[in-house]
Amino acid sequence: MEALAALLLRDMRLAVRVGGGALVGVLFFLIVVTIVPLGVGPDLALLARIGPAILWIGALLASLLALDRLLAADHDDGSLDLILTGRAPLELAVAVKALAHWVTTSLPLVIAAPALGLFLNLEPGAIGAVALTLLVGTPALTFIGLIGAALAVALRRGGLLLPVLVLPLTIPILIFGVSASNAAIVGPVPFGAPFAILAALTLMSLVIGPFAAAAALRHGLE
Amino acid sequence: MGLIDLANPSRFLAFSHRLLQALVPVTAALFAVGLYLAFFVAPDDYQQGATVRIMFIHVPAAWLGMMCWTVMSIAALGTLVWRHPLADVALKAATPIGAAFTFICLFAGSMWGRPMWGTYWVWDARLTSVLIMFLMYLGLIALWRAVDDPSRAGRAAAILTLVGAVNLPIIKFSVDWWNTLHQPASVIRLGGPTIHPTILLPLLVMVLAFTLLFVTLHVSAMRNEILRRRVRTLRLMQAEAA
Amino acid sequence: MALGPHAAFIVAAYAMSAAVVAALVVWVVVDHRAQMRTLADLEASGVRRRSDASRQAAQ
Repeated sequence: MEALAALLLRDMRLAVRVGGGALVGVLFFLIVVTIVPLGVGPDLALLARIGPAILWIGALLASLLALDRLLAADHDDGSLDLILTGRAPLELAVAVKALAHWVTTSLPLVIAAPALGLFLNLEPGAIGAVALTLLVGTPALTFIGLIGAALAVALRRGGLLLPVLVLPLTIPILIFGVSASNAAIVGPVPFGAPFAILAALTLMSLVIGPFAAAAALRHGLE
Repeated sequence: MGLIDLANPSRFLAFSHRLLQALVPVTAALFAVGLYLAFFVAPDDYQQGATVRIMFIHVPAAWLGMMCWTVMSIAALGTLVWRHPLADVALKAATPIGAAFTFICLFAGSMWGRPMWGTYWVWDARLTSVLIMFLMYLGLIALWRAVDDPSRAGRAAAILTLVGAVNLPIIKFSVDWWNTLHQPASVIRLGGPTIHPTILLPLLVMVLAFTLLFVTLHVSAMRNEILRRRVRTLRLMQAEAA
Repeated sequence: MALGPHAAFIVAAYAMSAAVVAALVVWVVVDHRAQMRTLADLEASGVRRRSDASRQAAQ
Protein backbone atom coordinates (compact mmCIF):
# COMPACT_ATOMS: atom_id res chain seq x y z
CA MET A 1 0.00 0.00 0.00
CA GLU A 2 2.80 2.37 0.85
CA ALA A 3 4.51 1.34 -2.35
CA LEU A 4 1.45 2.36 -4.32
CA ALA A 5 1.16 5.69 -2.56
CA ALA A 6 4.84 6.32 -3.21
CA LEU A 7 4.36 5.45 -6.88
CA LEU A 8 1.43 7.84 -7.12
CA LEU A 9 3.36 10.73 -5.59
CA ARG A 10 6.44 9.98 -7.67
CA ASP A 11 4.49 10.02 -10.91
CA MET A 12 2.70 13.21 -10.03
CA ARG A 13 5.93 14.96 -9.08
CA LEU A 14 7.66 13.81 -12.27
CA ALA A 15 4.76 14.99 -14.37
CA VAL A 16 4.77 18.56 -13.14
CA ARG A 17 8.52 18.89 -13.11
CA VAL A 18 10.36 20.45 -16.01
CA GLY A 19 10.24 17.99 -18.88
CA GLY A 20 7.17 16.26 -17.46
CA GLY A 21 4.83 17.70 -20.04
CA ALA A 22 1.63 17.64 -18.00
CA LEU A 23 0.53 21.18 -18.61
CA VAL A 24 1.43 21.07 -22.30
CA GLY A 25 -1.78 19.10 -22.70
CA VAL A 26 -3.78 22.12 -21.61
CA LEU A 27 -1.93 24.23 -24.14
CA PHE A 28 -2.79 21.76 -26.89
CA PHE A 29 -6.42 21.80 -25.76
CA LEU A 30 -6.42 25.58 -26.01
CA ILE A 31 -4.93 25.50 -29.49
CA VAL A 32 -7.44 22.94 -30.77
CA VAL A 33 -10.38 24.87 -29.36
CA THR A 34 -8.99 27.97 -31.07
CA ILE A 35 -8.49 26.26 -34.43
CA VAL A 36 -12.05 25.04 -34.76
CA PRO A 37 -13.79 28.43 -34.72
CA LEU A 38 -11.12 29.73 -37.11
CA GLY A 39 -12.02 26.94 -39.48
CA VAL A 40 -15.77 26.92 -38.96
CA GLY A 41 -16.30 30.65 -38.92
CA PRO A 42 -17.34 33.11 -36.20
CA ASP A 43 -21.06 32.29 -36.26
CA LEU A 44 -21.70 32.36 -32.50
CA ALA A 45 -24.95 30.45 -32.64
CA LEU A 46 -23.26 27.63 -34.54
CA LEU A 47 -20.35 27.57 -32.10
CA ALA A 48 -22.75 27.36 -29.17
CA ARG A 49 -24.45 24.40 -30.85
CA ILE A 50 -21.26 22.44 -31.47
CA GLY A 51 -19.36 23.79 -28.46
CA PRO A 52 -19.72 20.72 -26.25
CA ALA A 53 -18.52 18.52 -29.12
CA ILE A 54 -15.47 20.72 -29.77
CA LEU A 55 -14.50 20.65 -26.10
CA TRP A 56 -14.93 16.87 -25.93
CA ILE A 57 -12.96 16.20 -29.11
CA GLY A 58 -10.22 18.54 -27.95
CA ALA A 59 -10.02 16.75 -24.60
CA LEU A 60 -9.97 13.37 -26.36
CA LEU A 61 -7.11 14.35 -28.66
CA ALA A 62 -5.14 15.96 -25.84
CA SER A 63 -5.52 12.81 -23.72
CA LEU A 64 -4.50 10.63 -26.64
CA LEU A 65 -1.36 12.58 -27.43
CA ALA A 66 -0.24 12.57 -23.81
CA LEU A 67 -0.52 8.80 -23.52
CA ASP A 68 3.00 7.91 -24.52
CA ARG A 69 4.18 9.71 -21.41
CA LEU A 70 2.31 7.17 -19.32
CA LEU A 71 4.67 4.22 -19.57
CA ALA A 72 7.38 4.91 -22.13
CA ALA A 73 9.64 7.01 -19.93
CA ASP A 74 9.62 4.36 -17.20
CA HIS A 75 10.34 1.68 -19.76
CA ASP A 76 13.30 3.62 -21.11
CA ASP A 77 15.03 4.14 -17.79
CA GLY A 78 14.27 0.73 -16.35
CA SER A 79 11.75 1.75 -13.69
CA LEU A 80 9.08 -0.37 -15.40
CA ASP A 81 11.13 -3.49 -14.78
CA LEU A 82 11.34 -2.58 -11.10
CA ILE A 83 7.58 -2.08 -10.97
CA LEU A 84 7.06 -5.43 -12.69
CA THR A 85 9.22 -7.28 -10.20
CA GLY A 86 7.99 -5.35 -7.18
CA ARG A 87 5.63 -6.68 -4.55
CA ALA A 88 2.65 -4.54 -5.45
CA PRO A 89 0.27 -6.28 -7.86
CA LEU A 90 0.98 -5.06 -11.39
CA GLU A 91 -2.69 -4.27 -12.01
CA LEU A 92 -2.78 -1.89 -9.06
CA ALA A 93 0.57 -0.37 -9.99
CA VAL A 94 -0.55 0.53 -13.52
CA ALA A 95 -3.90 1.72 -12.18
CA VAL A 96 -2.08 4.06 -9.82
CA LYS A 97 0.10 5.31 -12.69
CA ALA A 98 -3.02 5.95 -14.74
CA LEU A 99 -4.57 7.81 -11.82
CA ALA A 100 -1.48 9.99 -11.48
CA HIS A 101 -1.58 10.61 -15.22
CA TRP A 102 -5.23 11.62 -15.05
CA VAL A 103 -4.67 14.00 -12.16
CA THR A 104 -1.74 15.72 -13.84
CA THR A 105 -2.86 15.63 -17.48
CA SER A 106 -6.64 15.36 -17.73
CA LEU A 107 -7.78 17.19 -14.60
CA PRO A 108 -6.17 20.42 -15.87
CA LEU A 109 -8.21 19.97 -19.06
CA VAL A 110 -11.40 19.73 -17.01
CA ILE A 111 -10.43 22.87 -15.12
CA ALA A 112 -9.58 24.71 -18.34
CA ALA A 113 -12.80 23.69 -20.09
CA PRO A 114 -15.06 26.38 -18.58
CA ALA A 115 -12.70 29.13 -19.72
CA LEU A 116 -12.59 27.67 -23.20
CA GLY A 117 -16.35 27.35 -23.14
CA LEU A 118 -16.51 31.11 -23.05
CA PHE A 119 -14.60 31.25 -26.34
CA LEU A 120 -17.30 29.05 -27.79
CA ASN A 121 -20.17 31.17 -26.57
CA LEU A 122 -21.57 28.49 -24.28
CA GLU A 123 -24.18 29.30 -21.65
CA PRO A 124 -23.18 28.82 -17.98
CA GLY A 125 -25.47 25.82 -17.70
CA ALA A 126 -23.85 24.28 -20.78
CA ILE A 127 -20.38 24.97 -19.43
CA GLY A 128 -21.28 23.26 -16.18
CA ALA A 129 -22.68 20.23 -17.99
CA VAL A 130 -19.65 19.87 -20.24
CA ALA A 131 -17.24 20.23 -17.34
CA LEU A 132 -19.12 17.61 -15.33
CA THR A 133 -19.18 15.12 -18.21
CA LEU A 134 -15.48 15.73 -18.82
CA LEU A 135 -14.76 15.16 -15.14
CA VAL A 136 -16.58 11.83 -15.21
CA GLY A 137 -15.51 10.79 -18.71
CA THR A 138 -11.81 11.67 -18.91
CA PRO A 139 -10.80 8.91 -16.46
CA ALA A 140 -12.24 6.45 -18.95
CA LEU A 141 -10.12 8.00 -21.70
CA THR A 142 -7.01 7.65 -19.55
CA PHE A 143 -7.69 4.09 -18.39
CA ILE A 144 -8.52 2.85 -21.89
CA GLY A 145 -5.51 4.71 -23.22
CA LEU A 146 -3.50 2.82 -20.60
CA ILE A 147 -4.14 -0.37 -22.59
CA GLY A 148 -2.75 1.20 -25.74
CA ALA A 149 0.22 2.64 -23.87
CA ALA A 150 1.04 -0.79 -22.41
CA LEU A 151 0.79 -2.41 -25.84
CA ALA A 152 3.00 0.23 -27.41
CA VAL A 153 5.65 -0.27 -24.73
CA ALA A 154 5.46 -4.07 -24.92
CA LEU A 155 5.76 -3.99 -28.69
CA ARG A 156 8.24 -1.11 -28.85
CA ARG A 157 6.21 0.50 -31.60
CA GLY A 158 4.96 4.03 -31.45
CA GLY A 159 3.79 6.44 -34.07
CA LEU A 160 0.18 6.39 -35.08
CA LEU A 161 -0.38 2.75 -34.10
CA LEU A 162 -1.28 3.66 -30.54
CA PRO A 163 -4.02 6.19 -31.39
CA VAL A 164 -5.37 3.88 -34.10
CA LEU A 165 -5.79 1.09 -31.57
CA VAL A 166 -7.17 3.24 -28.77
CA LEU A 167 -9.55 5.57 -30.62
CA PRO A 168 -12.26 3.05 -31.58
CA LEU A 169 -12.49 2.01 -27.93
CA THR A 170 -12.94 5.62 -26.82
CA ILE A 171 -15.71 6.41 -29.30
CA PRO A 172 -18.57 5.38 -26.98
CA ILE A 173 -17.20 7.68 -24.27
CA LEU A 174 -17.14 10.59 -26.71
CA ILE A 175 -20.68 9.80 -27.88
CA PHE A 176 -22.14 9.70 -24.39
CA GLY A 177 -20.13 12.65 -23.11
CA VAL A 178 -21.43 14.90 -25.87
CA SER A 179 -24.91 13.38 -25.63
CA ALA A 180 -25.12 14.12 -21.93
CA SER A 181 -23.85 17.68 -22.45
CA ASN A 182 -26.39 18.34 -25.19
CA ALA A 183 -29.16 16.76 -23.13
CA ALA A 184 -28.50 19.26 -20.38
CA ILE A 185 -28.63 22.15 -22.84
CA VAL A 186 -31.36 21.26 -25.25
CA GLY A 187 -33.33 18.32 -23.90
CA PRO A 188 -35.72 16.46 -24.47
CA VAL A 189 -33.72 13.46 -23.23
CA PRO A 190 -33.00 14.00 -19.52
CA PHE A 191 -29.36 14.52 -18.59
CA GLY A 192 -29.36 11.57 -16.22
CA ALA A 193 -29.67 8.78 -18.78
CA PRO A 194 -26.57 9.34 -20.95
CA PHE A 195 -24.68 10.61 -17.92
CA ALA A 196 -25.32 7.35 -16.08
CA ILE A 197 -24.08 5.39 -19.08
CA LEU A 198 -20.98 7.60 -19.23
CA ALA A 199 -20.33 6.91 -15.57
CA ALA A 200 -20.83 3.18 -16.18
CA LEU A 201 -18.31 3.26 -19.04
CA THR A 202 -15.80 4.94 -16.76
CA LEU A 203 -16.31 2.39 -14.02
CA MET A 204 -15.87 -0.45 -16.50
CA SER A 205 -12.69 1.09 -17.86
CA LEU A 206 -11.28 1.43 -14.33
CA VAL A 207 -11.38 -2.37 -14.18
CA ILE A 208 -10.70 -3.45 -17.75
CA GLY A 209 -7.87 -0.98 -18.34
CA PRO A 210 -5.47 -2.06 -15.58
CA PHE A 211 -6.09 -5.77 -16.16
CA ALA A 212 -5.55 -5.57 -19.92
CA ALA A 213 -2.53 -3.28 -19.50
CA ALA A 214 -0.93 -5.56 -16.91
CA ALA A 215 -1.47 -8.56 -19.17
CA ALA A 216 0.10 -6.68 -22.09
CA LEU A 217 3.15 -5.73 -20.04
CA ARG A 218 3.62 -9.23 -18.66
CA HIS A 219 3.31 -10.92 -22.03
CA GLY A 220 5.32 -8.34 -23.86
CA LEU A 221 8.21 -7.87 -21.53
CA GLU A 222 8.86 -11.47 -20.58
CA MET B 1 -6.65 -39.02 -33.78
CA GLY B 2 -8.01 -36.68 -31.15
CA LEU B 3 -8.58 -32.98 -31.50
CA ILE B 4 -5.48 -32.34 -29.45
CA ASP B 5 -3.32 -33.81 -32.22
CA LEU B 6 -4.33 -30.88 -34.41
CA ALA B 7 -2.17 -28.68 -32.21
CA ASN B 8 0.81 -30.04 -34.14
CA PRO B 9 1.21 -27.80 -37.19
CA SER B 10 2.23 -30.60 -39.56
CA ARG B 11 -0.78 -32.70 -38.58
CA PHE B 12 -2.97 -29.65 -38.94
CA LEU B 13 -1.67 -29.10 -42.48
CA ALA B 14 -2.44 -32.67 -43.44
CA PHE B 15 -5.89 -32.68 -41.84
CA SER B 16 -6.87 -29.28 -43.23
CA HIS B 17 -5.86 -30.32 -46.73
CA ARG B 18 -8.38 -33.15 -46.66
CA LEU B 19 -10.98 -30.96 -44.97
CA LEU B 20 -10.72 -28.29 -47.66
CA GLN B 21 -11.19 -30.85 -50.42
CA ALA B 22 -14.61 -31.52 -48.90
CA LEU B 23 -15.44 -27.95 -47.87
CA VAL B 24 -14.84 -26.15 -51.16
CA PRO B 25 -17.43 -28.03 -53.25
CA VAL B 26 -20.00 -28.02 -50.43
CA THR B 27 -19.62 -24.26 -49.96
CA ALA B 28 -19.97 -23.63 -53.69
CA ALA B 29 -23.07 -25.81 -53.84
CA LEU B 30 -24.67 -24.05 -50.90
CA PHE B 31 -24.08 -20.65 -52.49
CA ALA B 32 -25.63 -21.91 -55.72
CA VAL B 33 -28.71 -23.12 -53.86
CA GLY B 34 -28.88 -20.01 -51.70
CA LEU B 35 -28.60 -17.58 -54.62
CA TYR B 36 -31.22 -19.50 -56.57
CA LEU B 37 -33.60 -19.34 -53.61
CA ALA B 38 -32.78 -15.68 -53.07
CA PHE B 39 -33.59 -14.60 -56.59
CA PHE B 40 -36.13 -17.08 -57.92
CA VAL B 41 -38.04 -18.40 -54.92
CA ALA B 42 -38.19 -15.61 -52.36
CA PRO B 43 -41.00 -13.20 -53.15
CA ASP B 44 -40.74 -9.41 -53.26
CA ASP B 45 -41.50 -7.82 -49.94
CA TYR B 46 -44.80 -5.91 -50.03
CA GLN B 47 -43.15 -2.83 -48.56
CA GLN B 48 -39.59 -3.01 -49.84
CA GLY B 49 -40.06 -4.68 -53.18
CA ALA B 50 -37.08 -6.40 -54.71
CA THR B 51 -34.52 -4.63 -52.49
CA VAL B 52 -35.31 -7.12 -49.75
CA ARG B 53 -32.93 -9.43 -51.63
CA ILE B 54 -30.03 -7.35 -50.34
CA MET B 55 -30.91 -8.81 -46.95
CA PHE B 56 -29.60 -12.20 -48.12
CA ILE B 57 -26.12 -10.64 -48.28
CA HIS B 58 -26.35 -8.02 -45.55
CA VAL B 59 -27.60 -10.21 -42.69
CA PRO B 60 -25.23 -13.19 -43.20
CA ALA B 61 -22.27 -10.81 -43.57
CA ALA B 62 -23.28 -9.04 -40.34
CA TRP B 63 -23.61 -12.27 -38.39
CA LEU B 64 -20.29 -13.53 -39.73
CA GLY B 65 -18.49 -10.30 -38.94
CA MET B 66 -19.56 -10.78 -35.34
CA MET B 67 -19.03 -14.55 -35.31
CA CYS B 68 -15.51 -14.02 -36.59
CA TRP B 69 -14.72 -11.73 -33.67
CA THR B 70 -16.15 -14.42 -31.37
CA VAL B 71 -13.89 -17.05 -32.97
CA MET B 72 -10.99 -14.63 -32.59
CA SER B 73 -11.84 -14.13 -28.91
CA ILE B 74 -11.77 -17.87 -28.29
CA ALA B 75 -8.44 -18.03 -30.12
CA ALA B 76 -7.24 -15.12 -27.99
CA LEU B 77 -8.11 -17.06 -24.83
CA GLY B 78 -6.27 -20.01 -26.34
CA THR B 79 -3.18 -17.84 -26.75
CA LEU B 80 -3.21 -16.16 -23.37
CA VAL B 81 -4.71 -18.76 -21.07
CA TRP B 82 -4.07 -22.19 -22.54
CA ARG B 83 -0.98 -21.38 -24.65
CA HIS B 84 -2.31 -23.47 -27.53
CA PRO B 85 0.33 -23.56 -30.28
CA LEU B 86 -2.03 -22.73 -33.14
CA ALA B 87 -4.18 -20.21 -31.28
CA ASP B 88 -2.40 -17.10 -32.49
CA VAL B 89 -2.24 -18.56 -36.01
CA ALA B 90 -6.01 -18.88 -35.89
CA LEU B 91 -6.30 -15.33 -34.55
CA LYS B 92 -4.11 -13.76 -37.23
CA ALA B 93 -5.73 -15.70 -40.06
CA ALA B 94 -9.26 -14.73 -39.06
CA THR B 95 -8.74 -10.98 -38.81
CA PRO B 96 -8.73 -9.96 -42.51
CA ILE B 97 -11.64 -12.30 -43.21
CA GLY B 98 -13.75 -10.74 -40.46
CA ALA B 99 -12.84 -7.26 -41.69
CA ALA B 100 -13.93 -8.20 -45.22
CA PHE B 101 -17.29 -9.57 -44.05
CA THR B 102 -17.93 -6.50 -41.90
CA PHE B 103 -17.17 -4.32 -44.91
CA ILE B 104 -19.64 -6.33 -47.02
CA CYS B 105 -22.24 -5.84 -44.29
CA LEU B 106 -21.69 -2.07 -44.18
CA PHE B 107 -21.65 -1.69 -47.98
CA ALA B 108 -24.70 -3.85 -48.64
CA GLY B 109 -26.51 -2.11 -45.80
CA SER B 110 -25.67 1.24 -47.34
CA MET B 111 -26.99 0.06 -50.72
CA TRP B 112 -30.16 -1.04 -48.95
CA GLY B 113 -30.48 2.16 -46.95
CA ARG B 114 -30.31 4.56 -49.86
CA PRO B 115 -33.50 3.41 -51.59
CA MET B 116 -35.32 2.46 -48.41
CA TRP B 117 -34.38 5.18 -45.89
CA GLY B 118 -33.21 7.82 -48.34
CA THR B 119 -29.65 7.96 -47.04
CA TYR B 120 -26.43 5.99 -47.53
CA TRP B 121 -25.50 6.33 -43.87
CA VAL B 122 -26.96 7.38 -40.55
CA TRP B 123 -25.33 7.56 -37.13
CA ASP B 124 -27.73 5.06 -35.61
CA ALA B 125 -26.49 2.94 -32.66
CA ARG B 126 -26.17 -0.30 -34.61
CA LEU B 127 -24.45 1.22 -37.65
CA THR B 128 -22.06 3.14 -35.41
CA SER B 129 -21.12 0.12 -33.31
CA VAL B 130 -20.58 -2.04 -36.42
CA LEU B 131 -18.40 0.70 -37.88
CA ILE B 132 -16.40 0.72 -34.64
CA MET B 133 -15.95 -3.04 -34.98
CA PHE B 134 -14.69 -2.50 -38.54
CA LEU B 135 -12.19 0.09 -37.29
CA MET B 136 -11.03 -2.33 -34.61
CA TYR B 137 -10.49 -5.04 -37.25
CA LEU B 138 -8.35 -2.63 -39.25
CA GLY B 139 -6.44 -1.65 -36.11
CA LEU B 140 -5.68 -5.29 -35.41
CA ILE B 141 -4.39 -5.79 -38.96
CA ALA B 142 -2.16 -2.74 -38.46
CA LEU B 143 -0.89 -4.27 -35.22
CA TRP B 144 0.04 -7.56 -36.89
CA ARG B 145 1.96 -5.69 -39.58
CA ALA B 146 3.80 -3.53 -37.06
CA VAL B 147 5.67 -6.26 -35.23
CA ASP B 148 8.20 -8.73 -36.65
CA ASP B 149 7.93 -11.52 -34.12
CA PRO B 150 4.63 -13.32 -34.75
CA SER B 151 4.21 -14.70 -31.25
CA ARG B 152 4.78 -11.31 -29.61
CA ALA B 153 2.31 -9.71 -31.96
CA GLY B 154 -0.04 -12.61 -31.22
CA ARG B 155 -0.14 -11.91 -27.51
CA ALA B 156 -0.76 -8.20 -28.03
CA ALA B 157 -3.45 -8.93 -30.60
CA ALA B 158 -5.06 -11.43 -28.24
CA ILE B 159 -5.41 -8.81 -25.52
CA LEU B 160 -6.89 -6.28 -27.92
CA THR B 161 -9.29 -8.87 -29.31
CA LEU B 162 -10.62 -9.63 -25.84
CA VAL B 163 -11.00 -5.95 -25.00
CA GLY B 164 -12.81 -5.37 -28.29
CA ALA B 165 -15.16 -8.28 -27.59
CA VAL B 166 -17.03 -5.92 -25.27
CA ASN B 167 -18.44 -4.39 -28.48
CA LEU B 168 -20.23 -7.60 -29.51
CA PRO B 169 -23.14 -7.51 -27.04
CA ILE B 170 -23.39 -3.77 -27.67
CA ILE B 171 -23.92 -4.41 -31.39
CA LYS B 172 -26.42 -7.19 -30.75
CA PHE B 173 -28.54 -5.26 -28.28
CA SER B 174 -28.05 -1.78 -29.71
CA VAL B 175 -31.23 -1.99 -31.76
CA ASP B 176 -33.18 -2.77 -28.59
CA TRP B 177 -31.53 -0.23 -26.31
CA TRP B 178 -31.49 2.69 -28.75
CA ASN B 179 -34.02 2.06 -31.46
CA THR B 180 -33.77 4.93 -33.91
CA LEU B 181 -33.63 3.76 -37.51
CA HIS B 182 -32.18 0.26 -37.98
CA GLN B 183 -34.73 -2.54 -37.87
CA PRO B 184 -34.97 -4.40 -34.54
CA ALA B 185 -34.10 -8.07 -34.17
CA SER B 186 -36.31 -10.32 -36.23
CA VAL B 187 -34.57 -13.68 -36.22
CA ILE B 188 -32.67 -14.33 -32.98
CA ARG B 189 -35.11 -13.06 -30.42
CA LEU B 190 -37.38 -14.33 -27.65
CA GLY B 191 -40.52 -15.63 -29.26
CA GLY B 192 -38.80 -16.86 -32.41
CA PRO B 193 -38.29 -15.28 -35.81
CA THR B 194 -40.82 -12.85 -37.19
CA ILE B 195 -39.85 -13.38 -40.83
CA HIS B 196 -42.10 -15.36 -43.17
CA PRO B 197 -40.69 -18.81 -44.09
CA THR B 198 -40.42 -18.01 -47.79
CA ILE B 199 -37.84 -15.37 -46.91
CA LEU B 200 -36.44 -17.09 -43.81
CA LEU B 201 -35.37 -20.24 -45.71
CA PRO B 202 -33.18 -18.51 -48.32
CA LEU B 203 -31.76 -16.40 -45.51
CA LEU B 204 -30.77 -19.44 -43.47
CA VAL B 205 -29.27 -21.17 -46.51
CA MET B 206 -27.20 -18.07 -47.28
CA VAL B 207 -26.10 -17.87 -43.64
CA LEU B 208 -24.96 -21.48 -43.81
CA ALA B 209 -23.18 -20.83 -47.11
CA PHE B 210 -21.39 -17.77 -45.68
CA THR B 211 -20.45 -19.71 -42.56
CA LEU B 212 -18.87 -22.51 -44.57
CA LEU B 213 -17.14 -19.89 -46.70
CA PHE B 214 -15.67 -18.41 -43.53
CA VAL B 215 -14.47 -21.83 -42.35
CA THR B 216 -12.92 -22.56 -45.76
CA LEU B 217 -11.13 -19.22 -45.93
CA HIS B 218 -10.06 -19.38 -42.30
CA VAL B 219 -8.59 -22.87 -42.56
CA SER B 220 -6.82 -21.90 -45.81
CA ALA B 221 -5.42 -18.74 -44.24
CA MET B 222 -4.23 -20.71 -41.21
CA ARG B 223 -2.38 -23.10 -43.52
CA ASN B 224 -0.70 -20.14 -45.21
CA GLU B 225 0.26 -18.63 -41.88
CA ILE B 226 1.86 -21.90 -40.74
CA LEU B 227 3.84 -22.02 -43.99
CA ARG B 228 4.83 -18.37 -43.58
CA ARG B 229 6.22 -19.08 -40.12
CA ARG B 230 8.16 -22.03 -41.46
CA VAL B 231 9.69 -19.75 -44.08
CA ARG B 232 10.63 -17.30 -41.33
CA THR B 233 12.24 -20.03 -39.22
CA LEU B 234 14.20 -21.33 -42.19
CA ARG B 235 15.38 -17.83 -43.09
CA LEU B 236 16.52 -17.25 -39.52
CA MET B 237 18.40 -20.56 -39.56
CA GLN B 238 19.95 -19.65 -42.89
CA ALA B 239 21.07 -16.28 -41.53
CA GLU B 240 22.53 -17.93 -38.44
CA ALA B 241 24.44 -20.49 -40.46
CA ALA B 242 25.92 -17.84 -42.73
CA MET C 1 -36.86 -11.84 -62.58
CA ALA C 2 -37.62 -8.16 -62.32
CA LEU C 3 -35.53 -6.28 -59.82
CA GLY C 4 -37.74 -3.23 -59.64
CA PRO C 5 -36.87 0.48 -59.67
CA HIS C 6 -33.87 0.11 -57.36
CA ALA C 7 -32.14 -2.59 -59.38
CA ALA C 8 -28.85 -0.67 -59.48
CA PHE C 9 -28.51 -0.82 -55.67
CA ILE C 10 -29.24 -4.55 -55.56
CA VAL C 11 -26.73 -5.25 -58.30
CA ALA C 12 -24.14 -3.00 -56.64
CA ALA C 13 -24.52 -4.80 -53.32
CA TYR C 14 -24.16 -8.26 -54.84
CA ALA C 15 -21.33 -7.19 -57.18
CA MET C 16 -19.27 -5.64 -54.37
CA SER C 17 -19.83 -8.69 -52.16
CA ALA C 18 -18.76 -11.00 -54.97
CA ALA C 19 -15.69 -8.84 -55.57
CA VAL C 20 -14.67 -8.91 -51.90
CA VAL C 21 -15.17 -12.68 -51.66
CA ALA C 22 -13.20 -13.15 -54.89
CA ALA C 23 -10.40 -10.95 -53.48
CA LEU C 24 -10.27 -13.11 -50.35
CA VAL C 25 -10.08 -16.31 -52.40
CA VAL C 26 -7.36 -14.84 -54.63
CA TRP C 27 -5.40 -13.70 -51.56
CA VAL C 28 -5.53 -17.16 -50.02
CA VAL C 29 -4.54 -18.95 -53.23
CA VAL C 30 -1.74 -16.54 -54.24
CA ASP C 31 -0.33 -16.47 -50.70
CA HIS C 32 -0.29 -20.27 -50.64
CA ARG C 33 1.60 -20.47 -53.93
CA ALA C 34 4.09 -17.82 -52.77
CA GLN C 35 4.83 -19.62 -49.51
CA MET C 36 5.21 -23.01 -51.21
CA ARG C 37 7.57 -21.48 -53.77
CA THR C 38 9.68 -19.81 -51.07
CA LEU C 39 9.81 -23.03 -49.07
CA ALA C 40 10.96 -24.96 -52.15
CA ASP C 41 13.67 -22.36 -52.85
CA LEU C 42 14.90 -22.49 -49.27
CA GLU C 43 15.00 -26.28 -49.24
CA ALA C 44 16.82 -26.28 -52.56
CA SER C 45 19.49 -24.06 -51.04
CA GLY C 46 20.07 -26.60 -48.33
CA VAL C 47 18.32 -25.24 -45.24
CA ARG C 48 16.43 -27.90 -43.30
CA ARG C 49 13.87 -27.69 -40.49
CA ARG C 50 14.95 -29.40 -37.26
CA SER C 51 12.01 -31.80 -37.37
CA ASP C 52 12.87 -32.72 -40.97
CA ALA C 53 16.39 -33.57 -39.82
CA SER C 54 15.22 -35.77 -36.97
CA ARG C 55 12.71 -37.49 -39.23
CA GLN C 56 15.46 -38.23 -41.75
CA ALA C 57 17.70 -39.51 -38.98
CA ALA C 58 14.93 -41.81 -37.77
CA GLN C 59 14.39 -43.31 -41.24
